[in-house]
Amino acid sequence: MATASRSIPDPAALRRRGRFNPGDGILYGLTLAAALSALVLLILIARELIKDAWPAMKEFGVGFLTSRTWDPNTEVFGAATFLFGTALTSFSALLLAAPISIAIALFLTELAPRWLRGPVGALVEMLASVPSVILGLWGILVMGPWIVDHVGPFLHRTLGWTPFFKTEPAAAPSFLSAILILTIMMVPIISSICRELFLNVPRELKEGALALGATRWELVRGVIFPYARAGIAAAMILGLGRAVGEAIAVTQVIGNNEAITWNLFEPGDTLASRIASSYVGATTHLMISSLVYLALILLAFSLVVNLLARVIVHRVTQQQGHA
Amino acid sequence: MSNAALTARSLTSEHRRRRRIVNWLMEGLATLSALAAVALLVIVVGSVAKRGAGALDLDFFTKNPSFLGFGQGGSGIANAIVGTFIIVGLAILMALPVGILAAIYLNEFAPRRIASAVTVAFDVLNGVPAIVIGIFVFVFIVAGHGQAGVKGAFALAILMLPLVTRSTQEVLALVPNAMREASLALGAPRWRTTLNVVLPMAVGGIITGATLATARVAGETAPLLFTSSLAGNTVSWNPTEPLASIPMFIFTSAEQADPALQEKAWGAALVLITFVLVASIIARAFGLRSRRRLTGGR
Amino acid sequence: MQYVSTPMTESAEPHIEIDPSKVGAERPSSREVARETVFQIQSLSAYYGKAAAIQDVSFDIYGKTVTAIIGPSGCGKSTFIRCLNRMNDVIPSFRSDGKILFHDVDLQGKDVDPVSVRRRIGMVFQRPNPFPKSVFDNVAYGLRILGMKDNLGDRVEHALKRAALWEEVSDRLKDSALALSGGQQQRLCIARAIAIEPDVILLDEPASALDPIATASIEDLMHELKEDYTIVIVTHNMQQAARVANMTAFFSISGGEDGSRHGVLVEYDDTEKIFTNPSEKRTEDYVTGRFG
Repeated sequence: MATASRSIPDPAALRRRGRFNPGDGILYGLTLAAALSALVLLILIARELIKDAWPAMKEFGVGFLTSRTWDPNTEVFGAATFLFGTALTSFSALLLAAPISIAIALFLTELAPRWLRGPVGALVEMLASVPSVILGLWGILVMGPWIVDHVGPFLHRTLGWTPFFKTEPAAAPSFLSAILILTIMMVPIISSICRELFLNVPRELKEGALALGATRWELVRGVIFPYARAGIAAAMILGLGRAVGEAIAVTQVIGNNEAITWNLFEPGDTLASRIASSYVGATTHLMISSLVYLALILLAFSLVVNLLARVIVHRVTQQQGHA
Repeated sequence: MSNAALTARSLTSEHRRRRRIVNWLMEGLATLSALAAVALLVIVVGSVAKRGAGALDLDFFTKNPSFLGFGQGGSGIANAIVGTFIIVGLAILMALPVGILAAIYLNEFAPRRIASAVTVAFDVLNGVPAIVIGIFVFVFIVAGHGQAGVKGAFALAILMLPLVTRSTQEVLALVPNAMREASLALGAPRWRTTLNVVLPMAVGGIITGATLATARVAGETAPLLFTSSLAGNTVSWNPTEPLASIPMFIFTSAEQADPALQEKAWGAALVLITFVLVASIIARAFGLRSRRRLTGGR
Repeated sequence: MQYVSTPMTESAEPHIEIDPSKVGAERPSSREVARETVFQIQSLSAYYGKAAAIQDVSFDIYGKTVTAIIGPSGCGKSTFIRCLNRMNDVIPSFRSDGKILFHDVDLQGKDVDPVSVRRRIGMVFQRPNPFPKSVFDNVAYGLRILGMKDNLGDRVEHALKRAALWEEVSDRLKDSALALSGGQQQRLCIARAIAIEPDVILLDEPASALDPIATASIEDLMHELKEDYTIVIVTHNMQQAARVANMTAFFSISGGEDGSRHGVLVEYDDTEKIFTNPSEKRTEDYVTGRFG
């Protein structure tokens, strides 16, 4: 096997063929196009939704947001009841989910013995991977009746003086069912973000408090919470965004009733669940347009949520000097 | 409170006991919460298993639903199984190549600033609710043209895209730079280095990410509501028609008052949740192993 | 072993032990062999962002010789050698001034393709970095990419023999390269680089991650390889440079007025001269161990 000649290289061989090696150019072009796909899709989604919501936007204007009527027969549509329903269910669910999620995250990062952290953490995450249609199925056929039979009367007896549990629980579909289902869906999300946050609290800070004789709870309250404060806020915002956008599980358990009421035992509707429940009934142009209008509101909300959470995280990482 | 005061106070046993009680209380609450979450998972999965097991027989998987009359609710979900298979399969075909290419751009080519901006777009897309994406695909290609399985697949692909991109990007970042340098030093151009060295090392992680994204998306109903919901009751392999799917079957059967149909719904739910959980567990275990090999194995 | 003694040093305190009778004994003095100039480095400066790593380096590298680059850490040795095969291109903040003429072609010229450069100027890295493929596929990688697929098996065998690895791996060519020892992996990387028949082999501290026995095998290899290749080797181990190199370039750190520190070429000469009778005081301080 002869070795190649050790000749002086021809200068031309060292020169470029074109600006890039053609293979490089092709790969770069393909991958760049793919990378831009998300942006393109977002623009496309916004454009199409605005375009198709336009007839309803023109017809009802901003009053759409305050009008309580949603009547396919007279073709008058308004989103107020759904905005109320979304706000009520999502914020109530957040109220319930936040402390539970934070508690779980604390358990997984500070309290649990090390061998338990992995498995329990995995189980909590598994809760997040249960498809929403199955949660809704369980919600309406198992949890709902259980609430009507057991939990509801108890709440009515003890808290019936509040506007929330004024009446006897009647049927399974209700705001309360929706709130509980949403809570179940939010908890894994918020707790997994909080888990990351708590793990990232610098050890020196924690050791400083422990060295002063602080109990675990004092460590949490005095060191971990203040440090992770903004991240927890971001986690809650993201959980809220998830709850607002949840259509399937909510529509299965909420009853699809247009109602603005504080009575949690009554059925109601949210923006997302109204869209979902209309998938068979949407026939006229204006009705479809109104549904798209609702979707547009949801899109706007999800964008705001995402950017808000991002801004908070960005400001925090700058303050805390992370790379 | 000064350190001295804190220490001094805590030395009094009275105060110390109260602090200990508070601590014990809080620890108890945290433990309870975690237990509650695990219990809930067990309850939900247990309900599905208990109520759905009875519906699973050979007919269930091979026959189509028959909505004959009240009390005689359907016999099987064959069309839904086939439909889900086709729709999810098409979604993978659409999302996986784009996601992998995008991840290659983000990790191998993009300057840091542009990579951040592009990642933001993917994160925002990830946060768009599934129902909104379903409505988008509806007004984009369904309204006026009719539903189709492939259009439902397109909606699912949009959901999958950010997931696949992010997980692939994470794996690519784990491939040691020494490998890229070794290939470049031999006179291989960038594209060869990426295709012949980097990607083969990342394959395990890419498959893991794709499997997790698939498991996530196979259970989605909202994107299919407006794109592939009006399907017939027979098995169809034609993606240009609306196809049945397991999530849609559960969704429509759940709201029927017919208990026999509800039992079928539980059965379908059992099939779906088994697939999702098993796929997730296997993918994560496999992913852990391949990640260890990438970073540790020398 | 005798101690170094030069006219300038009074103290006989030994810092390195070089047997003058051995220096230059195994190889003819470079002056006696006809020298072809392979690299002409002219006022080369390299920067990462605003900070200069090396400043105004100029010297020539000759063919079929081993040229060692020595100096304290931080003096830009790695930066320098990576300029020779355009490896610094992968670092976004990198830029350079000056010229590197490789057989009269400026390697840093706008129309020069780095990929083609690296095909002719190969590199072996500090930490062995074989691909997670089989031994055979590692060596064959470059060959396949460059379309040198005829007689693939023979070419691989020849490269492994040149790298003094064939006997140890001939019966496990299909095994994973990661199963080899550190020294074997590094020789595999050398075989991989040799297989595509470069003109020059650059080695960036090739033995610093290896044990002494593996190091010795690499050094022995240098003596053989320089029959056919031009070799430039960065090393922080002065004895190694004394053992293997014909020419030695000593880099050191210089300070600018603004307090910045960058690398400069202090002295470049026959290895024998650098270690026994250097012209610069800084060189002498370094090789006698007074500093660095």
